[in-house]
Amino acid sequence: MILTVQFIVLAAPVVSRPNEPSIRGRGAPRIFWHGLKPMNAGRRTLWLAVTLLGFGAQPAWTTTIEERLAPCLACHGENGQSANPEIPSIGAQPSPYLLIQLFLFREKLRRLDLMNDAVKGLSDDDLRAFADTIAKLPPPRPSADPGDPARIERGQALIRQYRCNICHDADLAGRDNVPRIAGQREDFLVKTMREYKGNVRAGYDASMAEVLQPVSDADILDLAYFVARQR
Amino acid sequence: MHTLGTGVARLAISMSLTATLMAAAAGNLFAQQADPPPPWKQGQPAGVANSQLAPVAPPPVPTPADKLPLDKLSLKAGFKIEVYAAGVPNARTLRLGDKGSVFVSSRLQDKVHAIITKDGKREVKVVASGLHRPNGIALHKGTLYIAELSQISKIDNIEDNLDNPPKPTVILSDLPKDEPHGWKYLTVGPDEKLYFQIGVPCNICVPSERHGKIYRVGLDGQGLEVYASGIRQIVGMDWHPKLKQLYFSENSRDWLSEDVPEDKLNRVTQAGKDNFGYPYCHQGNFPDPEFGWGRSCSEFTKPVALLGPHSAALGLRFYTGNGLGKEYRNVIFLARHGSWNRSVKVGGDVVVIKLNEDGTFRSMEPFVTGFIQHNNYVGRPVDVLPMKDGSLLISDDFNGAVYRVSRTGRVATK
Repeated sequence: MILTVQFIVLAAPVVSRPNEPSIRGRGAPRIFWHGLKPMNAGRRTLWLAVTLLGFGAQPAWTTTIEERLAPCLACHGENGQSANPEIPSIGAQPSPYLLIQLFLFREKLRRLDLMNDAVKGLSDDDLRAFADTIAKLPPPRPSADPGDPARIERGQALIRQYRCNICHDADLAGRDNVPRIAGQREDFLVKTMREYKGNVRAGYDASMAEVLQPVSDADILDLAYFVARQR
Repeated sequence: MHTLGTGVARLAISMSLTATLMAAAAGNLFAQQADPPPPWKQGQPAGVANSQLAPVAPPPVPTPADKLPLDKLSLKAGFKIEVYAAGVPNARTLRLGDKGSVFVSSRLQDKVHAIITKDGKREVKVVASGLHRPNGIALHKGTLYIAELSQISKIDNIEDNLDNPPKPTVILSDLPKDEPHGWKYLTVGPDEKLYFQIGVPCNICVPSERHGKIYRVGLDGQGLEVYASGIRQIVGMDWHPKLKQLYFSENSRDWLSEDVPEDKLNRVTQAGKDNFGYPYCHQGNFPDPEFGWGRSCSEFTKPVALLGPHSAALGLRFYTGNGLGKEYRNVIFLARHGSWNRSVKVGGDVVVIKLNEDGTFRSMEPFVTGFIQHNNYVGRPVDVLPMKDGSLLISDDFNGAVYRVSRTGRVATK
């Protein structure tokens, strides 16, 4: 039921409504909201509904995990492919990676008010169920534009120089605790790599902070350019 | 490199193929390079590219007691292992309170726990939370000291306040905030000072003046000074019971080779002066291929022992009790967390290291083995803790558990 509503809401024309303080989460980083499409009335109602109901907490009138996933996909995109700046695509991420991230958000070891609120109060089994379900969504599809060949080649060489392909796998699809990065949003990849390098995003462990220590910002941009176009 | 145009063309063609073929094409992307790469791209042979050498992340939720891998672990005849406590998330450093509470740190979570035994039952309590990488803990005269990534704090009379512990009081702040090797090990010396390290914020680099060193500081956070330098990262230190010298395990660099360099057991004999060689010399005899030019390993303090390549030698403790038998008196028990940067995993065990009277190395032998099964981890030992009854506790951060090793029969103590 919720999925249907969600579909209609997303398909409705977007009405420009800038400055919606009432729906901005308390203390939510501005960067998270900057560039988000303003919501129309119907989507805002759904947003408020899920917020009031405790987001991931299970309301009486929903039963399946797919229905409970609908609020997640409002931002992360239908089928888990995000159309929102700096919000990641989550489709086909490895389940163990998703479980770790959901756990970090629940325990506030990864700080983002909206996500911390979204998973507040969920049980370990809830987290596992969400992780398993999201992992079954299809992988994100990069745009048909193959990109600038020179940057693609440079990015590809950097992938090997920094050994990204050893942990994330040759096709960058990730495995176990290592996320899928192929086809991820380019802006999110840049943001994430900069945050790891700057010790802003602590991560579950320090692996990515260590890997990015010798990587220049120019290399980060070329890596993201290539990875976002990798399918 | 001929592949620019063709690579793109192949990509474009592959878009029209089936999903299966697309996946195959993507998988082959890296194999399409026919010409030798320019020097700055070299250093990743096909064998490495095809291997799967990712750091191993433990599950965030502890393993239930009945699913712990006890039946996979092996000990010498005459010893047994049992679960001391399950449900201790990411169990790392172990410390014993005067009143019998066992304190357990974590590295990937924000809490320090206490395991309390009451009426024969064990209870796991949170004694501090909201911490960042609280890997280092120490107990001294009733006070719990906690070393987080960039500060050290304390809780006085911790065992009298286990039900409602106060927030830790910060005694030393403004340590570097680097995440790589930012987690600390903490111990109190015979001089009643706190000893901890600031690891290097990289795999291999020339660190800043602040990094790659052991420091000591008063229990009040005053009088910070360098105790030793040239160190990559430490996750285990203890004091020789007779020589009163600091022994510590050091984790060596990655990505050089499968078998070189090995992790080290070091000791400090010249306070403030010993330099253990990083990043110029590894394992006491191997100059770094990049940073070692113009330097010699003879400039640096030699290790006491080599502990295996990539084996991740972590917690160590001198055993001064009697409960395990006289042959174990004053030996070092050391936990090897196990490798990730090696095709065939090594470590994943607790070893016994015997020293000569002068503190030099005599032998190393396995004590508890089996944490690696079919080249995968079923658990990962982090720290050891001799108990007053002579048994030995072992923490496992992969399963979030603490085990207890003891003798099965009568023990010869003389």
